[in-house]
Amino acid sequence: MIAALAFYLFAAILIGSAVMVVTARNPVHSVLFLILGFFNAAALFLLAGAEFLAMILVIVYVGAVAVLFLFVVMMLDINFAQMREGFQRYAPVGATVGAMLLLELGIVLGGWKFAPDAANFRFAPRIAELENTAHLGQLLYTDYILLFQLSGLVLLVAMIGAIVLTLRDRGPSRRQIIARQIARKASETMVMVDAPIGTGVGAADYLHPIPEAAEKPDTHEHAHAGHGGH
Amino acid sequence: MIDFLFNTTLGFFILTLLKAFALLVPLLMCVAYLTYAERKVLGAMQMRKGPNVVGPFGLFQPFADAIKMLMKETIIPSGANPVLFLLAPMLTFGLAMIAWAVIPVNDGWAIADINVGVLYLFAISSLGVYGVIISGWASNSKYPFLGALRSAAQMVSYEVSMGFVMVCVLLCVGSLNLNKIVMAQQTIWFCIPLFPMFVIFFISTLAETNRAPFDIPEGESEIVAGFFLEYSAMAFALFFLGEYANMILMASMTTILFLGGWLPPFGIPTPSWMGPIWFILKDCVVLFFFLWTRATFPRYRYDQLMRLGWKVFLPFSLFYLVLVAGVLLAFGWLPHAA
Repeated sequence: MIAALAFYLFAAILIGSAVMVVTARNPVHSVLFLILGFFNAAALFLLAGAEFLAMILVIVYVGAVAVLFLFVVMMLDINFAQMREGFQRYAPVGATVGAMLLLELGIVLGGWKFAPDAANFRFAPRIAELENTAHLGQLLYTDYILLFQLSGLVLLVAMIGAIVLTLRDRGPSRRQIIARQIARKASETMVMVDAPIGTGVGAADYLHPIPEAAEKPDTHEHAHAGHGGH
Repeated sequence: MIDFLFNTTLGFFILTLLKAFALLVPLLMCVAYLTYAERKVLGAMQMRKGPNVVGPFGLFQPFADAIKMLMKETIIPSGANPVLFLLAPMLTFGLAMIAWAVIPVNDGWAIADINVGVLYLFAISSLGVYGVIISGWASNSKYPFLGALRSAAQMVSYEVSMGFVMVCVLLCVGSLNLNKIVMAQQTIWFCIPLFPMFVIFFISTLAETNRAPFDIPEGESEIVAGFFLEYSAMAFALFFLGEYANMILMASMTTILFLGGWLPPFGIPTPSWMGPIWFILKDCVVLFFFLWTRATFPRYRYDQLMRLGWKVFLPFSLFYLVLVAGVLLAFGWLPHAA
């Protein structure tokens, strides 16, 4: 009874928040509703006894992906009128994708409803006595290792692609090289100057020797560690 | 009565509620006295007295602060989004509380002894960033927004290495259950064989709780108070309590993963009711390190923080993970070797 109540509660919130994701006027609200949706999906997983998937959904999607989403959406200056413009044009495409997903879900549900024995012919046999984290691991790292590694490679390529696209040389920026900072000694960075009484020191005294890095930025990597003498 | 509590659905609900109260009330007391301890420890380290006026040794100071917070006016800035503005502190505080559902303070003394305890903790701690982001955005103000952006980047970065550290521990235990993780440390606490991971985990928890030297989301000297700049009264207090509850939570996680939870040190035979006392003592040691760090180190600059997370901790924890897995496999020490 309680499980059924919980199911309908979470499912209702999930659908409600999914609707709000596409209808909310403010994109930040959309993302927040998306997060609420993720949460309820995780709760549904929990009810189905898939605790590992539930936790991974929260960690990966809510804890990492949606944070970056939110990050980007908050930074963007979105023109709402412009965003709504394409609605009519893209509606058929969206409807098609949605209809296909619905059909697939229907097929899965139908298979489950009309041929309950079909579950026995699944590729991944269920080992009854294992808890589902260990179970997933045993399948994923044995029978499905190739697919698992391939998806890892796809992600690696995507990651390298993202780095290549965003990495650019910003010209003469002063990067902090911590190893060099730690390695340098006081004698390389400081000059003791005797200040005569009454006259003091001039720039010529304390800027001596003038750091080479200030004149030729790139040639002498180790000339004078850092920018001593400022 | 016992039968009612343990064998009926309603009884189970009531029992769970009672357990939650039995955990949360002492926890909130601990939070209150952690703020006091912090001020006293910082005071001692800076050769001051710290709070010493309210009550004997200033022991009533946390209550005086709480009453003061309650009496103040809650101000919602006119440009703010009121719903989200008030949701954010509640979220921060709530998340800091619900994580405690799985923390075992003695053998089997968790409210929910679930199979994926570590993942649950990881999930909840990774959600902590939402309170910060939402408050920063909903305040509709420059400094809170900057603080929110900083913290989003920071918390996501340090979660990665924290995840690898946890995986190392899990490899040695062969289970995600927190109770089993502690019981696996009966021969040796994981802080000894996994010492580098222990250090990385501790530093990552500092970053995860936005404590000094990683407190750039608050950064008093740069962005005033960061994400909770616009908050006052109880809303501010909730942020404050949430931060300290998170500190205790992180200390407990460190205790469970690396310091043998409720197990006595050196295998001293003690009665089982001593378990929570050992647990609390270990928590106190870890928390003292939190405070000590705050008194000792200057704040990281943003790029240094990112460098440490991505270029030092991530490769090193990845390397150590492979090393641990290799050693376990080579010597046949893998648990669950089926």
